[in-house]
Amino acid sequence: MRFGILVFPGSNCDHDCYHVIKHLLGQPADFIWHKETDLRGVDAVIIPGGFSYGDYLRTGAIAQYSPVMKSVRDFARAGGPVLGICNGFQILLEAGLLPGAMLRNRSLKFICKDVFVRVETAETPFTAAIASGRVLKLPIAHAEGNYYADPETLRELQENRQVVFRYCTKEGRISDEANPNGSLDSIAGICNRSRNVLGVMPHPERCTEGLDGNTDGRLFFQSVLEQSGIQSR
Amino acid sequence: MDKEVIEQHGLSQEEYQKILALLGREPNRLELGLFSVMWSEHCSYKSSRVHLRKLPTTGERVVQGPGENAGAVDIGDGLVAVFKIESHNHPSFIEPYQGAATGVGGILRDIFTMGARPIALLNSLRFGPLESPKNRYLLEGVVAGIAGYGNCMGIPTVGGEIYFNEIYNQNPLVNVFCLGIAKKDRLFRASASGVGNTVIYIGSKTGRDGIHGATMASEGFDDSIEARRPTVQVGDPFTEKLLLEACLEIMERELVVGIQDMGAAGLTSSSVEMAGRGGTGIELEINRVPRREEGMTPYEVMLSESQERMLLVAKPGREDEILSVCARWDLAAAVIGRVTDSRRVVLIEEGRIVADLPIPALTDDAPVYERPMETPAYLDSIQGINLDLIPQPKDLGDALMAVLVSPTIASKRWVYQQYDYMVRTNTVVRPGLEAAVVRIKGTRKALVLSVDGNGAYGILNPYRGGVIAVCEAARNIVCAGGRPIGLTDCLNFGNPERPDVMWQFALSVEGIADACRQLEIPVVSGNVSFYNETHGLGIYPTPIIGMVGLIEDADRVVRPGFKDAGDRIVLLGETKEELGGSEYLKQIHSREGGFPPLLDLAVEKALHKCCLDAIEAGIIKSAHDCSEGGLAVTLAEAAILSGPSLGATVVLPDLPIRMDAHLFGETQSRIIVTVEEARLMELERRCAQEGVPMAVIGRVEGDRLTIRIEGQDRPLIDRPVEAVRTAWDGAIESYFEGRKKEGHDGDV
Repeated sequence: MRFGILVFPGSNCDHDCYHVIKHLLGQPADFIWHKETDLRGVDAVIIPGGFSYGDYLRTGAIAQYSPVMKSVRDFARAGGPVLGICNGFQILLEAGLLPGAMLRNRSLKFICKDVFVRVETAETPFTAAIASGRVLKLPIAHAEGNYYADPETLRELQENRQVVFRYCTKEGRISDEANPNGSLDSIAGICNRSRNVLGVMPHPERCTEGLDGNTDGRLFFQSVLEQSGIQSR
Repeated sequence: MDKEVIEQHGLSQEEYQKILALLGREPNRLELGLFSVMWSEHCSYKSSRVHLRKLPTTGERVVQGPGENAGAVDIGDGLVAVFKIESHNHPSFIEPYQGAATGVGGILRDIFTMGARPIALLNSLRFGPLESPKNRYLLEGVVAGIAGYGNCMGIPTVGGEIYFNEIYNQNPLVNVFCLGIAKKDRLFRASASGVGNTVIYIGSKTGRDGIHGATMASEGFDDSIEARRPTVQVGDPFTEKLLLEACLEIMERELVVGIQDMGAAGLTSSSVEMAGRGGTGIELEINRVPRREEGMTPYEVMLSESQERMLLVAKPGREDEILSVCARWDLAAAVIGRVTDSRRVVLIEEGRIVADLPIPALTDDAPVYERPMETPAYLDSIQGINLDLIPQPKDLGDALMAVLVSPTIASKRWVYQQYDYMVRTNTVVRPGLEAAVVRIKGTRKALVLSVDGNGAYGILNPYRGGVIAVCEAARNIVCAGGRPIGLTDCLNFGNPERPDVMWQFALSVEGIADACRQLEIPVVSGNVSFYNETHGLGIYPTPIIGMVGLIEDADRVVRPGFKDAGDRIVLLGETKEELGGSEYLKQIHSREGGFPPLLDLAVEKALHKCCLDAIEAGIIKSAHDCSEGGLAVTLAEAAILSGPSLGATVVLPDLPIRMDAHLFGETQSRIIVTVEEARLMELERRCAQEGVPMAVIGRVEGDRLTIRIEGQDRPLIDRPVEAVRTAWDGAIESYFEGRKKEGHDGDV
């Protein structure tokens, strides 16, 4: 399965994603420069974290205008799996591929730490191999991860089961204390209506090798491979 | 030239006379500006140079010693670790966010200028107490600045240390350490060679910011501080990220013969130093320099410290390739001059020569001072402290809690949680305590990084302060299972024109030099920051050591927290009655004084060998260096960091010393380790062999920390670990309450 990893000026988790796909999963991966328009026939697109365009103006606001994003829109419309992580999630929101917007964390500070999220649905290509209700430990690292949507949009998200991850306690309980950034409804990740585009604030690519004893992030990548009938190594 | 103008340029009358003699004529104003920055303390090291020569700088692994943008040490597999520490103290006090941010930007450029990809940042910070709103503002601004720059660049900030003391009220310290990895045969030097080669400017355009920043950093502070805000540069980490990628690509493709970043003294120092190292000359056309605003004079262009700029000397015929790489990354780039054989720097504006100076006059002939030294008068009064007059606390458990919540000892989570410490996915040991560990992808190896230095020891005995800074950094590295392979130093001092400050400086350097020699750790790079003084009051002598250690097998990393219930707790080293300069004296008795702990370098060295060998033999399950806060704090931290809040029952031997000294004294050369019962004998044998004293003092068990003295029933300390952790963990945050609280329920 061939992965395309977008590179915007200021992307900085691009190499981390590449490392996981290439060296851990043993799958081919291509960096795709933001000025390109050809996705080169990749089977899945990853929009990595970082500070595209320095987060100037607003996170993801400038990146949505990069030439490559038109191709990503077409790719998504055709049902191709797209995973946006952190800044990638923010870009997906700005590009209109996912609904809602990001506000600054309620602490007004950048937060880097491990959190727990509950998997709300296995019905996305990146959660297919994870039981719904399972609690994962994943790291976050962002200053603008406070998800917001108007009541109408939120209702739609809930009704269509588009909320994929919610911040929770270790035991899987949703609570304000377990919500690190003030996100509406403790939302940590959502998908689009056709479920092939997923945006998440936590970084699955940062916990795949067990450096700190945690490999929960690997499940994202295994899911998408298994969906395509590939056994990852 | 007008006396006032000379003074404004930070030059003394004698120095101006020397300029006249070197030139045989009067310099014009631009030329005076060039001398001013090149001869500033910051660029010329004129007060420190004679002392710095004492530092050992060579060793088997040293590939690049001091004198370049950063030092480089061989780590095998054809790779080198490139690292340096640098201060940004003055700008951070004037404007904390931008001061700290550009400090990070500057040290990053020092590393990638060498052709290395930066993989880790650490920092060492000093502030006044957090009770003061001004100090909270400074801490908040500095931390946000470091985070803002490092996070955006995607370089993890993996560790650091912070001390709080009134002496830093008016002179906070911001020292930033960076480490990068390069191929050994692909190291780039900042040298302009090849007569006729093109000089290319790339990066941000030049603005009017930071003019005379180097000169500003070479003076103390007075009431004019607000007026100096314009001397602080403004950082743009996004441009730096582009600059990093473009430079590494240019170097990877071997398109340049030399490269240097424009840091302090901007275009002046980069061009002059490159030509100086190359033994060549350089000719620049000022009007070709990309600028942010119109009407800038050559003086402003040459002295601007605008950030995110690089100067390259192209390989002949490769200019277009360099320019096209820059275009791809949307970076400004321009051919601005050429290398000559004149050994002169010639500046041309609109076809007219506006400055023409011999390069050696600006570099080699810069003044070198053997400034007068004098033992300070204050020494007797602060060293003399009568312990008999200091009562012991009734409840030593309360005393432990009070020491644990002092911001110097307490968890720095509130700080490091604002740094992205995981990006690049190499972080094996996260920030929190002691050394950070980063793995080297593509190998089995990992590097251990530590920054250390204690000004409270430095003021009481600068020599010992220097020795202890090196030994503690090394001990931290050893505790993680690393072998120290090199260090970089950042020497923060007051005004060198004061004989007592110069005395402190000379002795600190001697202490560092002696420790390095004994422990066989070379100094490969460094930085001196003088004039940390305001209204005539200088800081404590604060030498900061940034050390790098090598672990051959990243899976072998040892952490400070207890691992398993049932393990035995062992103290390596001996406890003496040493309370001088301790955090306990300061927190509980509001006293700073006495003699700092003694340190026998031979004992320290044996301890390191013994501990490291035992780690490599797989005997040791956890290791935690005993330092600020003494034995009690070390044990408490080991319990807190155990993860599931493992407790410990500790029985200390009955020593003929004060109880508070036993618990909180900061005797050096001690490490707390845990081992399985079955391997105690093996550890004993090894300790006997190396002559390292050891005592089995307890067992990991339960969920309370209980410490008593042998033969006594009533414990001195008996607290639930969870309560200890909560107090320690939230102490710094409590100073910032009143804001919206972050959730902790989800903390892991």
